[in-house]
Amino acid sequence: MIIQALSFYLFAFVAIAAAVMVISARNPVHSVLFLILAFFNAAGLFVLIGAEFIAMILIVVYVGAVAVLFLFVVMMLDISFSELRQGFLQYLPIGGLVGIVLLAELLMIGGSWVIAPVAEGAVRGFPAPPIDQVTNTHAIGKILYTDFIYLFQGAGMVLLVAMIGAIVLTLRSRPGVRKQKISDQINRRPEDAIEIKKVQSGSGI
Amino acid sequence: MLSMSQLTPALPEIVLACTCMALLMLGVFRGDSSTRSVSWIAVLALVVVGVVLTSVQSGRMVAFGGQFVVDDFAHFMKWLIIIGSSLAIIMSINFNEQESIARFEYPVLILFATLGMFMMVSANDLISLYVGLELQSLALYVVAAFRRDSLKSSEAGLKYFVLGALSSGMLLYGCSLIYGFAGTTSFDGLATLFKGLGGTGPSVGLVVGLVFLIAGLAFKVSAVPFHMWTPDVYEGAPTPVTAFFAVAPKIAAIALFVRVLVGPFGVLIAEWQQVIVLISIASMVLGALAAIWQDNIKRLLAYSSIGHMGYALIGLAAGTEAGVRGILVYMAIYLAMNVGTFCCVLAMRRTGRMVEGISDLAGLARNQPMLALALAIFMFSMAGIPPLAGFFGKLYIFLAAIESGLYTLAIIGVLASVIGSYYYLRIIKIMYFDEPAEAFDRTMSREVKIILVGTTLFVTFFIVRPDIVVGGAGTAARMLLAG
Repeated sequence: MIIQALSFYLFAFVAIAAAVMVISARNPVHSVLFLILAFFNAAGLFVLIGAEFIAMILIVVYVGAVAVLFLFVVMMLDISFSELRQGFLQYLPIGGLVGIVLLAELLMIGGSWVIAPVAEGAVRGFPAPPIDQVTNTHAIGKILYTDFIYLFQGAGMVLLVAMIGAIVLTLRSRPGVRKQKISDQINRRPEDAIEIKKVQSGSGI
Repeated sequence: MLSMSQLTPALPEIVLACTCMALLMLGVFRGDSSTRSVSWIAVLALVVVGVVLTSVQSGRMVAFGGQFVVDDFAHFMKWLIIIGSSLAIIMSINFNEQESIARFEYPVLILFATLGMFMMVSANDLISLYVGLELQSLALYVVAAFRRDSLKSSEAGLKYFVLGALSSGMLLYGCSLIYGFAGTTSFDGLATLFKGLGGTGPSVGLVVGLVFLIAGLAFKVSAVPFHMWTPDVYEGAPTPVTAFFAVAPKIAAIALFVRVLVGPFGVLIAEWQQVIVLISIASMVLGALAAIWQDNIKRLLAYSSIGHMGYALIGLAAGTEAGVRGILVYMAIYLAMNVGTFCCVLAMRRTGRMVEGISDLAGLARNQPMLALALAIFMFSMAGIPPLAGFFGKLYIFLAAIESGLYTLAIIGVLASVIGSYYYLRIIKIMYFDEPAEAFDRTMSREVKIILVGTTLFVTFFIVRPDIVVGGAGTAARMLLAG
């Protein structure tokens, strides 16, 4: 138990510290690296509460894809983040005010949080399997392709449209680009490429 | 286990999804030269989907564990969407070739958007609502920026994307609050829950969630105060895309609005009625006033559509069967008027280039009397002048409002419609009484002519057989409120 508590505080502390560094680091590349660190620690927290599937997804998707992609963008686009930060103090009062109002509203809602007694009966019949019998990866897999097949396929369609959209909006066929055409290469006969000349000895071509 | 009979209610969606992917393959292998054939196959596929839709329709059916529902309401709305989408594809064929942006992805993306709209109309769960909405929006963002070499089109796409993402965020936040406070995302579950609340009323969190949900949906129907994107996107997008934006997504979003608010949240009408009344008044007034100063016809039509959404929302504010029937009739008539008007806008082409100024219409009555007559009929109809169809759309809406005692709303609606008729009549005045400008090119294709004639006849002779639309709408509304 003590190890669990210690690791919780370790992960939580590092995650918050890394999150603070993400927004305070001067160099955007460092920001992204701290973001990755924050993701890793959040994944650790998920493992602690027994949600190993979400922990792995966090590593694979957020660290493996999103953060690395973001790193590429930051390095390639050469955006000056210090310029983006200009005017920060100017917008701070109004931004802070909106933030405080939102926070107050959220606290008010949070304070009034009671699940209606009828809600229990209205919840759709997916009893959570006991955690000591089924791992949560297994449990998600069981319902993802059966009960939620409609949403799963729908999400697949959304991703397909995103891919088509990216290609439609950015792919340009540029003239003058030489591509390897394997069929042309194989179909090439020696007669097309080589010319045999009889050279008289003692004279040039 | 899933069996075939359980999938039957979703058969139209499945056929549509398979067609999308098959057409995508066809286009990829045959290249952009196949655009014309892909477009026509897409139109044919939509007709087939419509036939399948009608043949599987029988009462209220749910599928996929209650995440998906089909009823007469969905059936009616899906038919309107099919008509809107197929007309948008037909209108685009020649236009895209003339503007040299003919690419096979266009009809495919329209089909994907249609699939998303079908999912929206049939949503019976907060998650399927969101997935359908995103599928539709993502395809729309891309077609808005379809003329990618034009700065305005790219700007339209980007603006739509950023603001659309913001609205999706609000919608999701609302959904998560509702889920957190109700404990279920299913509409049927929510309905049972709210009916069981009795006199205690819902918790604050639920109401806040509902308001966020309404904000997200109001963005999709471009109701004030979430309308900012509309004029810019309408102006920047290629004209057939604008015609598509003006009809099909609006119909789907209004259907979703009705399904969510009248369905599970119907019991809580006291909580959302005032919000809808406010949005509706603001949309009608802004639509009427802001359009007066526009000199670009597409921007003018954008403000006009904001106003029309305001009228449609009156029916929702009533929250009764008559109100829902009014919305359905209004959307059907709105579809015909807008498609027809955009056919006329497509004809505004001089020396091979599109012109979009209202002053370019000057003297159209002398150069092309038939086109001017058609546009005049649409403008009169939009202004709500009897005996044209637009009048009946407004009539059913206002009747529903009066029946539910929303007198102020009805009076403001009538006043806004009087103010709005100023700019519709101004177009007619410019066409008939101003000095003729240079004539337009006569490049209107046969298909667009047929659409124009068809919509004109519908708008003019709606009065002869109104029961065709009104009867279907009545059945659909009754079923939605009974279920």
